[in-house]
Amino acid sequence: MQVSSAIFVLFLALTILLYYLLPKKWQWGLLLVASYCFYLSQGVQYIGFLLYTTVVTFVTGILLSRRAEREDAFVEAHRGDWNKEERKAFRAKEKKARFRILLAGLILGFGLLAVLKYTAFAATTVQSVLSWFGDAKIKIPSLLLPLGLSFYTFQSMGYLIDLYRKKSKAEKNFFKFALFVSFFPQIIQGPISRFGDLSEQLTKPHAFSRDDFCAGLFRVAYGFFKKLVVADTAMIGVRYLYAHTDTMRGVYVVLLIFLYSAEIYGDFTGGIDITLGVARMMGIRLAENFNRPFSSQSVKEYWRRWHITMGTWFTDYVFYPLSVSNGMQKFSTWSRKHLGNAVGKRLPVYFATIVTWFLTGLWHGAGWNFIVWGLLNCFAILFSQELMPLWNAFGKHFAKLSASKFFYCFRAARTFLLMGLFRSLDVYKDVPLTFSLWSSMVTRWNWGELFSASGLTSFGMSTWQIGVMLFGVLCIVIATNLGKKTPLWDRLATKPVLCVSLVACLVILILTLGSYGIGYDAADFIYGQF
Amino acid sequence: MEKLLEILSSLHPEVDFASCGDLIEEGILDSLDIVTLITEINNAFDVQIPAEEVIPENFESAAAIWALIQKLDEE
Repeated sequence: MQVSSAIFVLFLALTILLYYLLPKKWQWGLLLVASYCFYLSQGVQYIGFLLYTTVVTFVTGILLSRRAEREDAFVEAHRGDWNKEERKAFRAKEKKARFRILLAGLILGFGLLAVLKYTAFAATTVQSVLSWFGDAKIKIPSLLLPLGLSFYTFQSMGYLIDLYRKKSKAEKNFFKFALFVSFFPQIIQGPISRFGDLSEQLTKPHAFSRDDFCAGLFRVAYGFFKKLVVADTAMIGVRYLYAHTDTMRGVYVVLLIFLYSAEIYGDFTGGIDITLGVARMMGIRLAENFNRPFSSQSVKEYWRRWHITMGTWFTDYVFYPLSVSNGMQKFSTWSRKHLGNAVGKRLPVYFATIVTWFLTGLWHGAGWNFIVWGLLNCFAILFSQELMPLWNAFGKHFAKLSASKFFYCFRAARTFLLMGLFRSLDVYKDVPLTFSLWSSMVTRWNWGELFSASGLTSFGMSTWQIGVMLFGVLCIVIATNLGKKTPLWDRLATKPVLCVSLVACLVILILTLGSYGIGYDAADFIYGQF
Repeated sequence: MEKLLEILSSLHPEVDFASCGDLIEEGILDSLDIVTLITEINNAFDVQIPAEEVIPENFESAAAIWALIQKLDEE
């Protein structure tokens, strides 16, 4: 059952109907059943992996929680007879013990992800290295990759780290915890929720709210519009350009940057709109994952606005723990003593940043193109940080220009193009090929070809499809600007007649303009494969 | 507190940390500054700021950072 299919819409309608018809105390149970039905519909073979992650995380969580409760009770019991040093020593010893439990949970949880997602990649890499020294043959295993594995694994491991840090309390009810891991709207492509933000919302009773229902309904329709009208139409051109890299060079690489930006934006933000809209219809607020990313003024800002929950996951659970770890603190002190303050203080942070982006790339996919993509983002951020004094001086010297709308647009366009360029690694996949295609933008000056009479239909899209895609993009630009201060769905929440009318318009647009029709199978969400 | 203000001023001499209350929101302290600051604080005050305490609320002002140091010293 694909999210962008009619059967999903029926499944959704039935689930929401039952959700409000059944007694409120059964609501979370219904969500659990619906979530497992949904996941089973993706493939019966995947269910074992979901159960494995759920059980491992649940048991580890209980162990962590018990140890922490015992620690607190012990400290409380000795409040009168222990001095500060004794208390600190006991806390430190207990923290180490909890860390060992956490480590076991992380190894078991991430281990499954590592084996299923990265074994083939590791084997291929080893084979490539060995082939430099002679004829080497390694059997490349072909393993099943469950849908949404990266998302539910990261969400579950985040829960364990929060328990270790005593930021939340363990869920004692296995079925309630199973719902947190498997909640059906978000299991395929996120957002990656935090236990403290989501769990209570999932299990508490929800009365029907017309405002929430309206807002959610509009957001779901808008998400389908983005996916079926913009993303799946742009995908036609992207697939053609990718399949003809021998001729589609030069200006066509620039074209791909624009087309793929439209595709991934429509696909991922559309998917998240559907997810958040579905949850909202049931009174559940999930974390926002996007905040007008294409208006970003820098790469750093872009990553605060795009895939926000993944970015904060890596910042909170990888970057800061690594940066402030004992080893890194010692490295920082050493490097400043031996290499000077300026270089010394940068080294540990740069090291932590590189590791974080390497892992971010790897999270996106088991391939060198993703790793290179991650590192390019990292170097763009670090480079931009180093140039900050220069930007500041420029801003002071040309204060009027720097504050102008023109310069705002220039910076946004620059960030958009740079991010699009890096993102093309995702499409072309092969790193050397991508680099050769990038260089062709300079060496092969064929802009005339694209803008000739036949050029506009030379990349696999008809003029109708180009028109539909541009219309869809224009609608998104208008809707995004209208929702700059308050999102459009929140503005429509209290206007049910206008909301339902707009939903009807969107449905008509989807049915008439969408990459949709009898026999047509809407494309899978790109992030579902991660 | 004076020692902390000294450390903060060495990072950004142009900022009046005693009165500034939006160090994170205003973008005065970025990740590079925070990690450097943590190293300095750990050395100067003999405390260990763990990763879970690296949240915006704990670094938004000199007073908030001072409160964090005192809390960690107490624990």
